[in-house]
Amino acid sequence: MSDNLLRLINVSKEYSGNKVLKDINLELKKGQIHALIGENGAGKSTLMNILFGMSVIHTTGGFEGSIEIEGKTAEIKSPHDAMDYGIGMVHQEFMLIPGFTIMENIKLNREITKPNIVSRIFGKRLETLDIKRMNEDTRKALDVLDMSIEEYVQVAGLPVGHMQFIEIAREIDKTGLKILVFDEPTAVLAETEAANLLKAIKKLAGQGIGILFISHRLDEVVEVADVVTVLRDGELVATKNIKDTNKYEIAQLMVGRSITIDREEGRNRNIVDETILEIKDLHVAMPGERVKGVDIKVKKGEIVGIGGLAGQGKLGIANGIMGIFPAQGEVIFKGKKLPLNDPKSVIKSGIAFVSEDRRGVGLLLDESIEANIAFTAMQINDDFLKNFGPIKLKDSAKIRDHANKMIKDLDIRCTSSLQRVGSLSGGNQQKVCIARALTLNPELLLVSEPTRGIDIGAKKLVLDLLKQLNNEGMTIIMTSSELAELRSICDRILIICEGKVEGELPPDAPDAEFGLMMSGSANGRSEGREA
Amino acid sequence: MVEVKRKKNTFNDIVNKIGFPTIFIGGFWILLLIAGGALGISVITLLSDTIKRAGMNGILVLAMVPSIQSGTGPNFALPVGIVCGLFALVCSIEFGFTGWAWLFVAIAFAIPLAAFVGYLYGRLLNAVKGSEMTIATYTGFSIVAAMCLAWLMIPFKSPNMGWFIGKGLRETIQLDAIGGAQILSNFLRFSLFAEEGLIAVNSDTGIIIPTGMLLLFLICCVIVWLYFRSKSGIAISAGGINPKFAQSSGINIDRCRIKANVLSTILAAIGIIVYSQGYGYAQLYSAPLMMAFAAVAAVLIGGASAQRAKVSHVIIGVLIYQGLFTTALPVANQMFEGTDLSEILRMIIQNGIILYALTKVKGGDN
Amino acid sequence: MNNTNTSERLKTSSTRVSTWLADNIVSLIFVAFTLFGFLVSDGVTMNFFLTELSSRFFRNAFLVLSLIIPVVAGLGLNFGIVVGAMAGQIALAIVIYFGWGGVNGLLLTMLIALPIAALFGFLTGMLYNKTRGQEMIASLMVGYFANGLYQFLFLFVVGVIIKVPNTHSMIKPDGVGVRMTVDMGAHEQGGLKYALDKIWEIPFMWAILIVFAAILLLQIWKIIRNKKNPGLYRYNMTMTVINIILCLVMIAISLYAITTNSALMKIRKVPVITGLLIVALCIFNELILKTKLGQDFRSVGQSQHIAEVSGIDVDKTRIIATIMSTVFAAWGQIIYLQNMGTLNTYGAHTQIGMFSVAALLVGGASTQKAGVKHAIMGTLLFNSMFIMSPEIGLSLFGNALLGEYFRTFMVYGVIGLALGLHVWRTNKKGKATLN
Repeated sequence: MSDNLLRLINVSKEYSGNKVLKDINLELKKGQIHALIGENGAGKSTLMNILFGMSVIHTTGGFEGSIEIEGKTAEIKSPHDAMDYGIGMVHQEFMLIPGFTIMENIKLNREITKPNIVSRIFGKRLETLDIKRMNEDTRKALDVLDMSIEEYVQVAGLPVGHMQFIEIAREIDKTGLKILVFDEPTAVLAETEAANLLKAIKKLAGQGIGILFISHRLDEVVEVADVVTVLRDGELVATKNIKDTNKYEIAQLMVGRSITIDREEGRNRNIVDETILEIKDLHVAMPGERVKGVDIKVKKGEIVGIGGLAGQGKLGIANGIMGIFPAQGEVIFKGKKLPLNDPKSVIKSGIAFVSEDRRGVGLLLDESIEANIAFTAMQINDDFLKNFGPIKLKDSAKIRDHANKMIKDLDIRCTSSLQRVGSLSGGNQQKVCIARALTLNPELLLVSEPTRGIDIGAKKLVLDLLKQLNNEGMTIIMTSSELAELRSICDRILIICEGKVEGELPPDAPDAEFGLMMSGSANGRSEGREA
Repeated sequence: MVEVKRKKNTFNDIVNKIGFPTIFIGGFWILLLIAGGALGISVITLLSDTIKRAGMNGILVLAMVPSIQSGTGPNFALPVGIVCGLFALVCSIEFGFTGWAWLFVAIAFAIPLAAFVGYLYGRLLNAVKGSEMTIATYTGFSIVAAMCLAWLMIPFKSPNMGWFIGKGLRETIQLDAIGGAQILSNFLRFSLFAEEGLIAVNSDTGIIIPTGMLLLFLICCVIVWLYFRSKSGIAISAGGINPKFAQSSGINIDRCRIKANVLSTILAAIGIIVYSQGYGYAQLYSAPLMMAFAAVAAVLIGGASAQRAKVSHVIIGVLIYQGLFTTALPVANQMFEGTDLSEILRMIIQNGIILYALTKVKGGDN
Repeated sequence: MNNTNTSERLKTSSTRVSTWLADNIVSLIFVAFTLFGFLVSDGVTMNFFLTELSSRFFRNAFLVLSLIIPVVAGLGLNFGIVVGAMAGQIALAIVIYFGWGGVNGLLLTMLIALPIAALFGFLTGMLYNKTRGQEMIASLMVGYFANGLYQFLFLFVVGVIIKVPNTHSMIKPDGVGVRMTVDMGAHEQGGLKYALDKIWEIPFMWAILIVFAAILLLQIWKIIRNKKNPGLYRYNMTMTVINIILCLVMIAISLYAITTNSALMKIRKVPVITGLLIVALCIFNELILKTKLGQDFRSVGQSQHIAEVSGIDVDKTRIIATIMSTVFAAWGQIIYLQNMGTLNTYGAHTQIGMFSVAALLVGGASTQKAGVKHAIMGTLLFNSMFIMSPEIGLSLFGNALLGEYFRTFMVYGVIGLALGLHVWRTNKKGKATLN
């Protein structure tokens, strides 16, 4: 008990009735490296937000449970409080100002100053910057991490690995650092950079700093951590010493579930042996979901699932095919090459897309339901238009009739087809998105995150709808971060890791295999991983 | 109890729907009208002037709609289109046209010229996304300044336009010399509540309705309204409010913005021709410099925002704006002799409402 | 681990030159224009040109310098210094009304202007925080809006609400409103004209000698400092060498002129106190950036989001920057007006925003980067163009009016061009690319 640096005791968090963390208990000792692992939505980020005093926690009702630092209860109400307690965090998204030097970034808002005549009258803010001492401190921090780069170099243009280390140096420089949290630190690093990082983490632990390490890369976790905690659906599944467990067991714990969505057995699945879509070496520059060379073949009438952890690239595939983000490679649809970076042609050829970004890309929030549903079909296929010579005006009557039909068929709960889409519930908004895609009468439907943010009851409805469409002949590619829904309706599931297809699994494959594939440790591919 | 609550809700709903600034400024205008009547100023004349000025400025304000809907904000570069219209107007005089011929030739020449210039300007705007309003203002200023040079050096010889000594055009060109003054306004003009009777044709008393001018304004309104119900217009509106949504449906945002700007520039060109004939004079050189701000303020007063504008906003806005300042001038002169209070009032309200609209602009992608 | 900044090395010399050109194209245009003016016009002597340039410089430099801090703090070009100018004029009106003159009167004016300008700056700063992302157009509009309020104050409140005698030389004959032009009166007779300038004047050439000798010393000090702590401060060897050569040339010219008592000695004398004030503001601008507050300005200017996350009060910092700019603009306008001698009540402040911004841009600043160098160079270049344009118009087209219009076109055009170029280049950098 006495050498416990950090203790989380029965920490729970609720977001408007939805419990995202349930009774989490965690211990971190001095000099220990404690890994935190879990799928998307397992609660890792929420837990870190609580530890770091982020406002998003406090403005939504705070949390239950308590935090103890070195045996004493800690009240952490802001990132500043967390800093005072000696907690530092290296975020996934770099908080570095490119136009500043390394020293200026490390010392941002913690500059060392000397008083002068003016500051004695007008206040502390007018004290002179002590550049010499700040450079010395920076040098010390950089040396701890074995970085020989000069402290007065500008950050702009430095390689990503350097930036990661500068983020760490900034935390080290904070006096009294006791606990350092890393959020997916190696996600953007090349292999050698990642290796250097793990070395640096071990060195820091050796100096007595407690390290909390969030990662999905099981290989790294097994290599560097002392203890691992697995979270799943907001609950603590297990905490184990690394030497008492292995990758396979951790993977299984990460993925396995007691609740499953039932799969219909014995459905008549006569899938023709005709390839409707072939993707060759697809690269997509979607920020945060880069695709780095993907090969996929889809048969007509299939429901193919694309899964994987967040940021690994699964969402980039559909977006790349539709031309929403810059793409390179080859996509062949019904035997013909599909032009890339050209949404119009792709939609015209018979592919429709329901985006994962429902409120951003998927809807015009201030327009009516009927305007949203009819939009794409009007623009691409010239539907719902009345011709007056060269002028095409919208046919309100037709739009209304079609919208009412969709409202009935998809059971969209609304006051009328004129209701503003922004005021609908998440589930109904999703149905409007699907309605818009269906209005195009596509042969191939790409759906991304179909039930995100929708309650359990509505989830089943959406999935049933997809099944029904498939029964009527539509080929579906479903991208989702919820394995459960993929396993409930897909014929096969492709797992994307590091922007590439890690492998393919049948829906009834064991949990551990899914877990291993999602963390990239399935075939020992971790050795030859490229940048 | 429930009844009272429901009434309150509908009142709030109405206020929210119409917009607080509209009600406030509109109410102020009505107050001034009443004050004017109480002070002995002829309300009939005030209403006449209001309708006349609304008709004169209407199309210029209408030019704001395509620009706002396409996501480039209010068209602070209105002077660009205005200058095209003035040039067409001047050319029409130079080639010897008078009366109706002058009007038709001016408009016929203005449209393709404005289309071309609007196209170029649209391409400029596409390169400066995020700062359209600032760049637009300075483009407008620069073009007016450049045209000052042009007006001075142009080798036109028509005696109606040139300086008496030396080269170049006069600052103000009198349109009655070529039979163009009020030519459109007087077309089918009639009056209500005139001395001659309830409805009198070509009277100079009563509430004068300049039918020709209003008709052209309404026709333009209908065209713009129909345009935004067309496939093209719907695409432009979507691109203006949610570019990602529009792009994912295959719409070329850049092309939409250019189309909208072409329409806006054409409307500005036609608008200044209508304005000039209504005024009776064509004003060259620095006159167009500040015209954008008046039009922007008018559409905002009508209830538009920097991102969404409808034709109804234009009609309501131009009526209230012109009404307010047409009424304020005599009332202020009556109440406080010797001070030009109405001009000060205009500066405060016009620029104030633009500032108010700017505080409502979402911060973009930063 | 690699410790050299490879990206810097990889930039070939050709791209460096083209970047420098793109950054400084506006300044180059103005230099060319001025040189062209000298070539074509024959009515302009060096003496006339330098006299005009000198007096315009001392009149306007302070105002241009007041624009620097908002640029550093990320507020862009503060067209709202018009509001500061109005504050200065309000203070001036008060002092003239009560008949306080001379140096004391001037000091009093600046003292009264301080709280007024600080209040205006505070309000303007709050407005900028509400119009985040559109600060520049907001600053343009706030100038026009405040002008309305200013006219309301001077044309209506003075006279109707604040009763004033209509016999006062400042007030209109009917007792309501301030006159359109108000004579400030010669400072010897208790007025304010030249109150600052005439305290101490020295011949032009002496000023040149002193200034360039000082710059030379500064360059030498920079070299010594860099030898002692390499890399500690930003240092550019080529620029320093060029500067030293320039200084030596200018010192030689001035020494020659003084010792031979050439015609150049007849150039109008230079007001020393005004010059010292300008130097003081230059030094202030440099020193403030070496304080915590200045570093906060820069942080907020580089990234509001990261500054916020690091705990800096972004809103408050921006307001402080606006207040400083507005107060300096108020004082700058007072300096400007004491040199003009007459207060053009309703027009003096209207163009000041645009001309000062144009001057700063001509000096090589952008909406993101501005420094003392840009302000000084810009004031010189901009006013050179101002002096030459009527002459060019007359020589080329036989029409001085053309020159005037051309000048107006250059002012608007330079701002539009600088703004457009900057936004275009920023947008180009931000596009996501495949690699």
